[in-house]
Amino acid sequence: MPEPGLDMADRTNDFAFKIGTVNGTGSASANGLIMQAIFRMGIPCTGKNVFPSNIQGLPTWYEVRVSGDGYSARTPEFDLIVAMNPATYERDIADVRPGGYLLHDSSWPMAKEFLRDDINFLGVPLGEMCVREFKGARVRILMKNIAYAGALAALLSMDLDVIRRMIREKFAAKPKLIGSNYKAIELGYDYAMEHFDCPLPIRLETMDATSDHVLMDGNTAAALGCVFAGATVGAWYPITPSTSLMDGFQRFCERFRKDPETGERNFFIAQAEDELAAAGVVVGAGWAGARAFTPTSGPGISLMSEFIGLAYYAEVPSVFVDVQRVGPSTGMPTRTQQGDIAAVAYASHGDTKHIALFPANPEESFHMAVEAFDLAERFQTPVFLVQDLDIGMNDWMIPKLTWDDNFAPDRGKVLGADELERIKKFYRYMDVDGDGIPYRSLPGVHPKGAYFTRGSGHTSRGTYTEDADEYTEVMDRLRKKIDSAASEVPSPAIEMREGAGMALVTIGSCDGAVREAADILESQGVPVDYMRVRGFPFDPLVREFLDAHELNFVVEQNRDAQLKRLLVTETEVDPARIHSVLDYGGFPLSAAFVAGEVNERLGLTPDDRKLRPAAERPEGAVA
Amino acid sequence: MTYIPKPAVRHPGLGANELGLHMRDYEGTISTLCAGCGHDSVTAAVIQAFYELSIPPHRIAKMSGIGCSAKTPAYFVEQAHGFNGVHGRMPALATGANAANRDLYYIGISGDGDSLSIGLGQFCHAIRRNVNMLYVLENNGVYGLTKGQFSASADIGSRSKRGVPNKSEPIDPVALALTLGATFVARGFSGDKQQLIPLLKAGLMHKGFAFIDVISPCVTFNDHVGSTKSYLYTRHHGHELVPVDFVPIRSEISAPSNNGGRTSITMHDGSMVRFRKVPEDYDPTDRLSAYEHYRSLQNRGEVVTGLLYLDPSGEDMHDDNATTSTPLSEMSHEDLCPGSEQMDALMEEFR
Ligand SMILES: Cc1ncc(C[n+]2csc(CCOP(=O)(O)OP(=O)(O)O)c2C)c(N)n1
Ligand code: SF4
Ligand SMILES: [Mg+2]
Repeated sequence: MPEPGLDMADRTNDFAFKIGTVNGTGSASANGLIMQAIFRMGIPCTGKNVFPSNIQGLPTWYEVRVSGDGYSARTPEFDLIVAMNPATYERDIADVRPGGYLLHDSSWPMAKEFLRDDINFLGVPLGEMCVREFKGARVRILMKNIAYAGALAALLSMDLDVIRRMIREKFAAKPKLIGSNYKAIELGYDYAMEHFDCPLPIRLETMDATSDHVLMDGNTAAALGCVFAGATVGAWYPITPSTSLMDGFQRFCERFRKDPETGERNFFIAQAEDELAAAGVVVGAGWAGARAFTPTSGPGISLMSEFIGLAYYAEVPSVFVDVQRVGPSTGMPTRTQQGDIAAVAYASHGDTKHIALFPANPEESFHMAVEAFDLAERFQTPVFLVQDLDIGMNDWMIPKLTWDDNFAPDRGKVLGADELERIKKFYRYMDVDGDGIPYRSLPGVHPKGAYFTRGSGHTSRGTYTEDADEYTEVMDRLRKKIDSAASEVPSPAIEMREGAGMALVTIGSCDGAVREAADILESQGVPVDYMRVRGFPFDPLVREFLDAHELNFVVEQNRDAQLKRLLVTETEVDPARIHSVLDYGGFPLSAAFVAGEVNERLGLTPDDRKLRPAAERPEGAVA
Repeated sequence: MTYIPKPAVRHPGLGANELGLHMRDYEGTISTLCAGCGHDSVTAAVIQAFYELSIPPHRIAKMSGIGCSAKTPAYFVEQAHGFNGVHGRMPALATGANAANRDLYYIGISGDGDSLSIGLGQFCHAIRRNVNMLYVLENNGVYGLTKGQFSASADIGSRSKRGVPNKSEPIDPVALALTLGATFVARGFSGDKQQLIPLLKAGLMHKGFAFIDVISPCVTFNDHVGSTKSYLYTRHHGHELVPVDFVPIRSEISAPSNNGGRTSITMHDGSMVRFRKVPEDYDPTDRLSAYEHYRSLQNRGEVVTGLLYLDPSGEDMHDDNATTSTPLSEMSHEDLCPGSEQMDALMEEFR
C-alpha cells in the first residue's frame, strides 16, 4: 500500500461503504452491480440511495451495508468511501471512520488540506486509465463507474465470475457492450491488486444466506401487490418518491394484463392533471366496482383530502398509497420521513377516521397492498398504505414473494342482480347486519340497486337529509364500522425478551434499526421488548402491550411524535408511560441513534451501563 | 325536509317507449330548485331524451359536482345510479367510473361555477382524455347555490342583482371545448326544449366527449335586465346556427342525405344527426370552420346555439388505452391475477 496502513480488525461480511458520485453520470448501474454481486455471493446486504432533488449535476451517494448477521438498517459509520465527486471530497473524507479507507480517482492530485492521517487513501487513476482505454466522453464517464466497481471487487474480494455473469445478463441484448464492461472491470481490479494489499480487512466471504431472497424496492413490491390483488384502475400524478410505483404497475400490467394477440389491456391507468383528479378517478372507479388505487406522497395527500372525505362519508372503496417524504410543504422530496401518520389517520375535514396499513419493508408492502384492497371493499372506505421513501425507493433484501393461488379477493357486501331482484327495497346505508357495514350495489346491475351517492347529509335509506337524528345515525354507524376494523388490520409485530422491563415501540421502516437497537441494548445489559404497530385503527393488542410496560419508547421519524400522539389519543393509555425517540432529518434511521437515545433517557452512560446519580442525568431523563 | 314523494303524473299522449317504459319511469324525485329555474327545464328535456332513446334506466350513470345544477341528477331517472360528488370534480369521478365500466351511459351535469371556476382544470382534462360521456353545463353566469356571485362565465357588463357590472373577461366554454378538442360541441337554451332534446339525444349517443353548454337562467339571481344569461336576452339574441334532428339507428332512415352529404352525419353506431339547415360555407365536422363561424356570430353579440361541431369517428379514451371490451369492473380475479407460477418466475429476475 502506498499510504501507511492503519489497523482495522477483521470485519468480514460486516461493514458499510458508500459511493459518492455526481447525479446523472450513470453511476446507478455500477452501484447496482456491486450491490447485486454481494447479494449473489449469498451475503445479506442493503443499499440506500441518498440522492438530490435534481436530474443532473448534484452530489448523490449510494450506501451499502453488508451484514452477515442480517441487519438491514442504515449505519451512519462508513468503513470505506468511494469518492468520485471532487465537490464532496471534503465531506466524504470526513465521513470515513478512523482506520477506514477512501478510494478516489488519483488522476489528479488530492488537495493537501483534505488529507487525514487516521484513514487510508487508496488512489486509483480511474480517469487516466479510461481516457487511455476508451473513446468518447460519454463512454469514458460510464466506464469510470464500472472501473471503480472493479477496484472494489479486488479490495473487498468480490467474486469476479459473479460480476462477469451479471454483465452478460445485463447486456444480453447489446453484446457489443459486454467487452468494454469487462475491460473496465479489469482496469480497476488489476490496478487495485497490483498496488494495494487486497483484500482489505473489510471483505466479503461467500455465504448461503440469500438464496431464498430477492432484492426489491417497496414501490415495485406494492405495485406487484396491486396487480395480484386485481386492481384494474390506477390514477396518479407524478411525485417523488411514489412515481416508481405506478411505473412498476404499468410495467407489470403490460406484461401480465395485455392480450398478446389483440393487445387489449385489462387495466386502465390515468395520468391525471393533479392529485385531486387522481383521487377523483379512484373514487369514481371504486364506486363503479373496480379495484382502484393511487400512489402519491404528502403533497398529494393534502390535495386529495376533499375526495378522501367524500369516499369516507359516501362509503366508496378506494386505496391510497402514501410514500412519505420529508414535509411540511414541498419539504425535502428525496429524503425519507414518517410525517404523514397524523394526516392520513384523520384526512379530510369533519369527523373522519381511516384505515391505514404501515409496512416495514417491501415484503410487507406487497402483502399489505393486497390487503388494502380487501379492507377497502370489506369496509367500503378509503384505505391508506403508508410507506416511505426508504422502503419505496431503496433495495431491500426480502424473502422471495410467493402467491397462494387459492386467494379469493374479499369484495365485501355487494349485492348482485339476483339478490337485488329478490329483495323488496334496497337501502344503501342501512345497517342490516348490525356490524356497521351496509350493503352496496354497483351501477348498471339492477334498477332496484340504484341510489344517489352523495357527500351531503344522508339518511340510512340513502336519501338527502338535514335532520339531526338521521344525520347522526349514519355518522355513528360509520364510527362503529371503522372502529371494528381495529381487529382486522394487521396486528402489531411483538417480540418479547427475557427480563425486559421496558419496551421499544415503532412503526414502518424504523423496524430494522429499532430491532437492532434492541440487540445492542441487550448486549449492554438492558433487555427491551419490542412492538411495531402495523395498522390503524389500533388493534386492541397495542393498548395491552403499552399497558404492560411502565416505560415505552416510541421511536418514529417525525418532529411532532405523531405516532405517540395517536397512541395516546386513540388508546387512552397513560401518557406518562410513553416517551418519544424522534429522528427526522431525512435519513433512514440507525440503530446506534436509537440505542444512544434510550441510554441517554435512562440516564445511562454508554461506558458504565450504570444509572447515573439523578443529579447527573441529562435533562428529560426518565428513569 | 327529508323526502317528498313525487305525485305520479301521467303524460297524456306519450305511450310506452321501446322498453315498455313511460316518461314517469325516467323521472326523479321532486325538484327543490326555485320555481322557474332554467335547470328544471333542462331536467325535463333530459328526461324526455332518455325516454325517447329507450335507454334502460339502470344503465345510466348520473354524475355531478356541487351547485343548484349539480343537484338536478336527483330529479331525473330515479332508477339510475347517481353520484353527487364534490364541487368542480365531477369530471374525475366520471373518468374513473367510465374507466371501471365503459358500458354505461354517462351523463354529467355541471354549472358554470362548477366547470369554469373551481373545476376548470378538470373540465379541460376530461375533454383532453375524451371520456365517453355527455357533459351538460347549465350555464347561468352566477353561483346559484351560494346566492348569486358572478361566475367565470358572466359577461363583461353583465349586472349583478345589486347592479354592479362584471368587469372580468368571461370564459366561454364552447370556444374552450372547440379548441381543446371536444369531439361534440353544442349549445342549447333551457327555454327551447325542441332544440335541446335532439341535441341531448345526439350527445348521449355520441361516442367520445360530448359537450352541451345550456344557457339556463337563474331566475333568482340573474334573470334581470342587464344580464346576458337571462331568458329575455337569450330569446332576443339567440341564433340557431345549426338546428338538428337525431335519428337513432333503430329508426328507419328515410330522407336521403343531400347537399354533398353535409346535412346528415352518420355516427359511430349508425345513428344519424340530421342538420336541418346549414349555412353554405359551414362544415360542422371541420373544427376550424366551426370555430370561425362561432366567433363571427359571437362578435355580433349573438348567442349561437345548435350543434356546432361533431367528430363522428367514434373514438374515446378506451380506444386510446386499448382497454378490453369487457368492463374492468366485471372481470374475474382469475382474469386479472398473474398467479403463483408467474410470481415464481418473476422472483428470479430480482436476484
Ligand atoms: C370546495 C367548495 N368550495 C365552495 C363550495 C360552495 N359552493 C357550492 S355551489 C357553489 C357554486 C355553484 O355555482 P354553479 O356551478 O354555477 O352552480 P349553480 O348553482 O349556479 O347551478 C359554491 C361556490 C363548495 N361546495 N365546495
Ligand atoms: S338560485 Fe338560481 S340556479 Fe339556484 S335554483 Fe334558484 S333559480 Fe335555479
Ligand atoms: Mg351557475
